[in-house]
This record gives sequence, structure tokens and C-alpha cells, in this order.
Amino acid sequence: MELLVASAVGLMTAVGVYLLLQRRTFPIIIGLTLLSYAVNVFLFSAGRLVVNLPPIISDAGAYTDPLPQALVLTAIVISFGMTALIVVLALRSFLETENDNADIPGEDLAPEAEADR
Amino acid sequence: MTNWIIAPAILPALTAALLILVRRRDIRMQRIVSVVATLALVGIAIFLYHLASDGEPRVYRVGAWPAPFGIVLVLDRLSATMLLLAAALALAILVYAVAGWDERGRHFHALFQFQLLGLNGAFLTGDIFNLFVFFEVMLIASYGLMLHGGGARRLGAGFQYVAINLVASTLFLIAIGLIYGITGTLNMADLAVKVPQVAAGNEALLRTGALLLFLVFAIKAAFVPLHWWLPGTYSSASAPVAALFAIMTKVGAYAIIRVYGTIFGADAGALAGVAVPWILPAALATLLVGAIGLLASRTLLDLASFNIVASMGTLLIAIGLFDVDGLTTALYYLVHSTLTGAALFLIVDLITTRRIERGDALIPGHPIRQAPILGALFFLTALAAVGLPPLSGFIGKLLVLDAAYESPQAGLIWLFVLGASLMMTIAFARAGSIVFWNTVGRTTGPTWATMPISPIVVVALLVCAIALLSIFAGPAVEAFHATAEQLLAPADYIDAVLGSTNVMPSTGH
Repeated sequence: MELLVASAVGLMTAVGVYLLLQRRTFPIIIGLTLLSYAVNVFLFSAGRLVVNLPPIISDAGAYTDPLPQALVLTAIVISFGMTALIVVLALRSFLETENDNADIPGEDLAPEAEADR
Repeated sequence: MTNWIIAPAILPALTAALLILVRRRDIRMQRIVSVVATLALVGIAIFLYHLASDGEPRVYRVGAWPAPFGIVLVLDRLSATMLLLAAALALAILVYAVAGWDERGRHFHALFQFQLLGLNGAFLTGDIFNLFVFFEVMLIASYGLMLHGGGARRLGAGFQYVAINLVASTLFLIAIGLIYGITGTLNMADLAVKVPQVAAGNEALLRTGALLLFLVFAIKAAFVPLHWWLPGTYSSASAPVAALFAIMTKVGAYAIIRVYGTIFGADAGALAGVAVPWILPAALATLLVGAIGLLASRTLLDLASFNIVASMGTLLIAIGLFDVDGLTTALYYLVHSTLTGAALFLIVDLITTRRIERGDALIPGHPIRQAPILGALFFLTALAAVGLPPLSGFIGKLLVLDAAYESPQAGLIWLFVLGASLMMTIAFARAGSIVFWNTVGRTTGPTWATMPISPIVVVALLVCAIALLSIFAGPAVEAFHATAEQLLAPADYIDAVLGSTNVMPSTGH
């Protein structure tokens, strides 16, 4: 199970970072989403991987750490909200500039080049 | 008394909710509520600063849960100083924004209050995950503020800003996961106790976590080469927002001081000072890139943005020394550079709105109205930013040079600080000459009768604050010295937080 979880986290991070380095906004957003999935699974595993144990301290003794689960919930809520925001931002930017590039409009252009557009 | 510690977080939160729910289209009412709440915040910050000045850390346990199980807010000299700085700066910027900027988009005042909630919470919290949450609150509000006013350029810059901060948040969570996985706690005081006891086999993982955390703070503090988001974001944001953002980079600096002073301080065993060797080289590079950026600026807004990068460089050099003198200097320079950076953005805005044809481009244009007073304010702020006598920038840089005297890298630090000051002097002199002296044609801009007077008054007051920081540099440095000593001896802090761990709080007090 360790191998499975670890390789899932690794794979999602690798794909996420690759997509993040793209030029257009859509792959970047997908990359950020994959990164947040990877980090959620990673946080979850910070409480150690155990099977079939309750997240409460019981008389039986064995239990799984509930705190990482609470942390993951908070992280999911925040990353979900952030993803929604960045999607809206990318859409607005696309509608206003009619292209999907992630650069700042009007920057890095010589005045003549801007006049030509 | 300790209940007041949570007030700087509660007051903006309630105010923001009120502003969203009640009379959201009534800009007059919004302005009154927002300014009154921020005034009250300044009052609370002064009270808390007074409370913390006896040198005893005070703890507020949220929900009366004992530490390390519950979240704690800790008030010590450092957090009180940061609270007061943030509140005072926020009041000035709010009064500036009320003169017209706040009408150019919706919910300016609510977002502004949420931003204050995030800032104040980040300064107060004694828990790393809670620090993450307050960082996010601060960032979500800053995304809204950054886009205030709209336009394609802001949207493009906003996308980059949000994306880089999402990456930083991801790294923050990975670091938190690593630290929690090894130590089983996220409370800063508890971490300070547990980190030295970590088994040798787990040391490498914890070191990775600590350095990833440093990477996050380095992105916030705009360390070179992680500074690329800053000039684009700050120069695209509206003037009051950019001025408020002047304190956002300082949150990164604050977090570095807090985490690497308290948790990974001198007592942290094998991990003592884990990030410190990285700070100085990055700081020197930041200063150099900031100074080169200033020289290469083609617009006034670039000038103001790269001034933030360069000032972060000087500030981080002082932090990189990580001893009492270094941190004393860092705190002095932190206050100075926040005020100067904010004042510069506001002056640039005043100038830009008067240069109708040229805007903020650094090319000769028409003379502007009110040039004598604006020129004087620009000149004084530039003096402070560059570090020429007699203003606080000079005193701050002198303190940096003095604190670095004993350091093995003293020669390098002196070379960079003095060299960068020269480059900054040239850049500011060039900008000022072009805008105020190299002019032809008819004077443009609003006359005294048709313009609101409050923005100029606010900028003048900020310059007065810089002057006061210079005049009362002695008492200020004494206070910051006590702050640095308290920070580098975290035993009191740990006792205050964990002291009553074994005593369950009574339910009916």
C-alpha cells in the first residue's frame, strides 16, 4: 500500500509540475489541481497508513490519527475555492484579451509592436 | 486582559461581514464603517503594544483548549509591533482610498477588512497550520484587491499572482505534512520542544520540511530568484492596494523570523538555524536584482515595485545575520521600508494622475500642477528609500553595516549595500529629474479647488511618520533590541504557551 500511495503522489506531482510549466492558462489550472490532489493524499499519509481502524482513541488501543484528516479537509476546502477563483480569472482574462496565454497583456512589447496590433 | 489578544482578528472579520451584508451599495456608509473599524483597530493595536511592552508573552487559547491540542494566539513584542504597523498603515491607506479609488470596483472595503484579518491573524498565531489558514485568508482577500478596478492587464497579472501563490500554498502543505509526520505536533512552542528530540534517522525528513517551509516564506518575501511575481503584480494593482501590499512581503520576513527564531533557533539541536545559511546569499542577490531593476525602470510604477524588491534585500541581509543586532536592525528596517514603500506607491499615483498624456512612463512630458509639494514629497521619500541622510533609510542602512561588522561576510555585505545605494540614488535622481524638471508645454492636472486634499495629506503624514522614525531612532532601536532578545530566547514563549498543559482549564471562568 505504501508503494501505491507513494507512487500516486509522485506521479500526480510530476504531471502537475509539468503542466504548470506550460504557456497557456488551461494546462496550468489542471496542473495546479493535480498538485493539490497530490498534496491532499500526502497530508493524509502524514498520519501513517493504517487499515480498518477508527479515528478515535478507544479502549482497544489501536487508532488512526484523526488530525491529518482534519487538515486534509481544510486543505480541500481552500484549494477548491482557489481553483474556482483561478478558473474564473482565466476565463475573464480569455474573454477580455481573446487569448489563453498566461502572460501580462501589453508587457514585454516594444511600443512599435504594440501599435501594430 | 488576554481576551483582547483575539480582538485584532475578530474586529475586521465582523466588520467585513457587516459590510457585505448591510447597505452594500451605499458607499458613504461603507466608508464610515470601514474607517471607524480601522480606527478602532489602531486603538486596539496601541493597547496591545502597551500590554506586550513588559516583555511577558501572553497567550489566548481559542475555545479554552489547552496547548498543544488547541490553537493558541500569542502576543509578544514582535507580534504587537507587527500589529501596530499593519493597523497604522491600513488606516493611512484607507483614508487615501476613500478619496475615490474605492469606487472603481465592488466590495473594496469588505476585502480590505478581510485582508487585515489575514494579516493580524498571521502575526498572532502560534500554530503552523493556523498560520497557513491565515495566509490563505490574507491571499484570498489580496486576489480580490489586486483585481480591484478591472482591466485586461490586471487580469493577466492577477492570474500569475494567484498561480504562484497556489504553488506556494501547495509547498506549505507538503512542509506541514512532513513536520507533522515526524514530530506529531504543529504548535510552534511544542515544536520548539520536540524538534531537538527528533531521532537521527528522521532528521533528514524534518530538514526537508523546514527548508520547504523556508521556500514558501521566500516566495512571499520575494527572495531572488522567487521574486518574479512581484513587479508585475504590484505595478498592475491599483495604488492603495499596491501600498497595502508593501506589508505583504514583510509577512514573509516576519514568518522567517518567527519560525527560524522560535522553532529552529539555537536550541534546536541538529536542526539549529537550518535555513539561516541560505538567507544571506539570497538576500545579497535580491538587493542586487532590486537595484538593477530600479536602474532599468521605464515607468514610475516599476520604480516603486523594484524599490520593494531592493528594500527586501537589505531587510533580509539583516535577518540573515540572525543575532540580536541583526534582528534589531531587521525590525527597524522592516518598519522603515514598509512606510517608505507604501508612501512611494501613493506618491507615484498622485503624480501619474496629473501626467495626463505620459502617465507613469519615464519620458519627458508636461509640467504638473502642485509640482512643488509633490516634488518635495517624492524627494523626501526617495531620500528615505535610497538611504541618504537624514531620514530613516540612512539610519537603517548604517545599522545594517554596523551589525554586519563582526560577520565573516562583512566585506561582501558592505560592498553590496553601498553599491546598491549608489545605483538606487542614480535611479531615483533620474526619475525625479525627468518627471519634475524635464518638462515642456502647458501645466496639466487638477487645480487645488477641484481635487480632494486628503490624498496629499495622507502621503505627507506617511513622510512625517518616516521622519519621526528617524528622529526617535534611539527609543525605537531600544524597543526593537528588546524584541530581538525576547525572540532569540524563546524559553518564555514556550513556557507561556505550554505552561498549563497539564492543567485542564476550569469550565466556568
